[in-house]
Amino acid sequence: MIARHLKHRGSALWLAAIVHRLSGLALAIFLPLHFLALGLAIEGEARLEDFLRWTDRPLVKFAEVALVFLFTVHLLGGLRILVIENLDWREGQKQLAALAAAVSAIVAFVFLVRVF
Amino acid sequence: MNVRLYIWQRATAAIMAPLVLVHIALIFYATRQGLSAADVLSRTRGSIAWAAFYGMFVAAVSIHAAIGVRNVLHEWTPLTERRAGFCAIAFGLLLAALGARAVAAVVLP
Amino acid sequence: MHSELSVSLWRGGEDGRYETYSVPQRENQTVLDVVTFVQRHVDPTLSYRFACRVGVCGSCAMTVNGKPRWTCRTHVAKVAHGGRLEIGPLENLPVIKDLATDMRVFFEKWQEAKGVFAPTKTRHDAIAQIRPDTPARIAADAAIECINCGICYSACDTVRWNDDYFGPAALTRAWTLVNDERDGGNTARLQAIAGSGGCHACHSHQSCQQLCPQSLNPTAAIAGLKRRTVAAYLNGEITA
Repeated sequence: MIARHLKHRGSALWLAAIVHRLSGLALAIFLPLHFLALGLAIEGEARLEDFLRWTDRPLVKFAEVALVFLFTVHLLGGLRILVIENLDWREGQKQLAALAAAVSAIVAFVFLVRVF
Repeated sequence: MNVRLYIWQRATAAIMAPLVLVHIALIFYATRQGLSAADVLSRTRGSIAWAAFYGMFVAAVSIHAAIGVRNVLHEWTPLTERRAGFCAIAFGLLLAALGARAVAAVVLP
Repeated sequence: MHSELSVSLWRGGEDGRYETYSVPQRENQTVLDVVTFVQRHVDPTLSYRFACRVGVCGSCAMTVNGKPRWTCRTHVAKVAHGGRLEIGPLENLPVIKDLATDMRVFFEKWQEAKGVFAPTKTRHDAIAQIRPDTPARIAADAAIECINCGICYSACDTVRWNDDYFGPAALTRAWTLVNDERDGGNTARLQAIAGSGGCHACHSHQSCQQLCPQSLNPTAAIAGLKRRTVAAYLNGEITA
């Protein structure tokens, strides 16, 4: 039933919209945790330092790579929407969406390389 | 969604676009340098500039994420628009509170 | 080319099921030909809609292999991969029976979105001189050829997820009227589409634009409405 519903939704632009929404949700869930982590500085520099060293482990670094991807793809997807809604209509939407995904993947990959 | 919420969501998105770019650049810089807590805090403590930058970021994202979550709750859960709105406001306040606390934590001397 | 098509048709109401029929495949066969064959030669109780058969009325829109299409303009050879077809009623609309849906809510939303011309002159006034090359008229003309087939409404996920959402067709018609210099109802119209279920619910998935058989672009029309309602709100013409 679901597979049938997904048939015409395999289009690049629908996928771009879903990625945009899911990345936003993921970031929304992540953000309170991020704020709590930074708030550790209240307990002193050493406490924050302990936490930063905890994040040095590979699994956390992979999660950070994913976050960088989600962050970038959400930004670029959002910019595409702002362009659609505020500037004259332009063709090439699928290409723009694909470009946004590609750039985000590259940015995340560069981050991956730098942290390992 | 209505015109008022739309304006707030798109406006905060536009405000955050440059902030996000700076933040991503900072992430790259900080991880490259292998910054320790001491390195980070020595840069942020007492800095009005960082307080303003991240204060604005926290305010904008609290509004933006709350409205986004409201849409997702209304469209993807059985919640009515009203209830989705309440949940969203609660979430926005949570982000604002935790975010302000985080900014204070790194900026206050 | 297979000599026989295996065709699954939706039978019954909302809680119906697909039933499979065997239909001889022909050259230059449309999906509407296939449905008609079943009704005439296999099962006369099959319910479906059509009228012109030549792609100008929009009555024959159904879901074909997951996509809403005009069945009279869909060639079997293009969609029946492996000789199989799955044909169901348009989605996002209540099913009356088999392949026929209840389109009342589609038209009710048209009215709610004020997709209705509000005249400012009477027959006793001079005929309005409308230049075809003004930006407003060009925008209206690009969006005016909607024949209410319901394909965009059926394709739209925001319609699926949000009961209040007026949908692409109603909003596209509202856009043509917003750009019509003869129309006098714009404040009420912008107010109607600035609330819950209005143009701001659109997420620009663009399924509507990709599937519209008239090559209309509701995504662009709705983007235009977003700009107009924001301006109207900021200058106090409408309220949230």
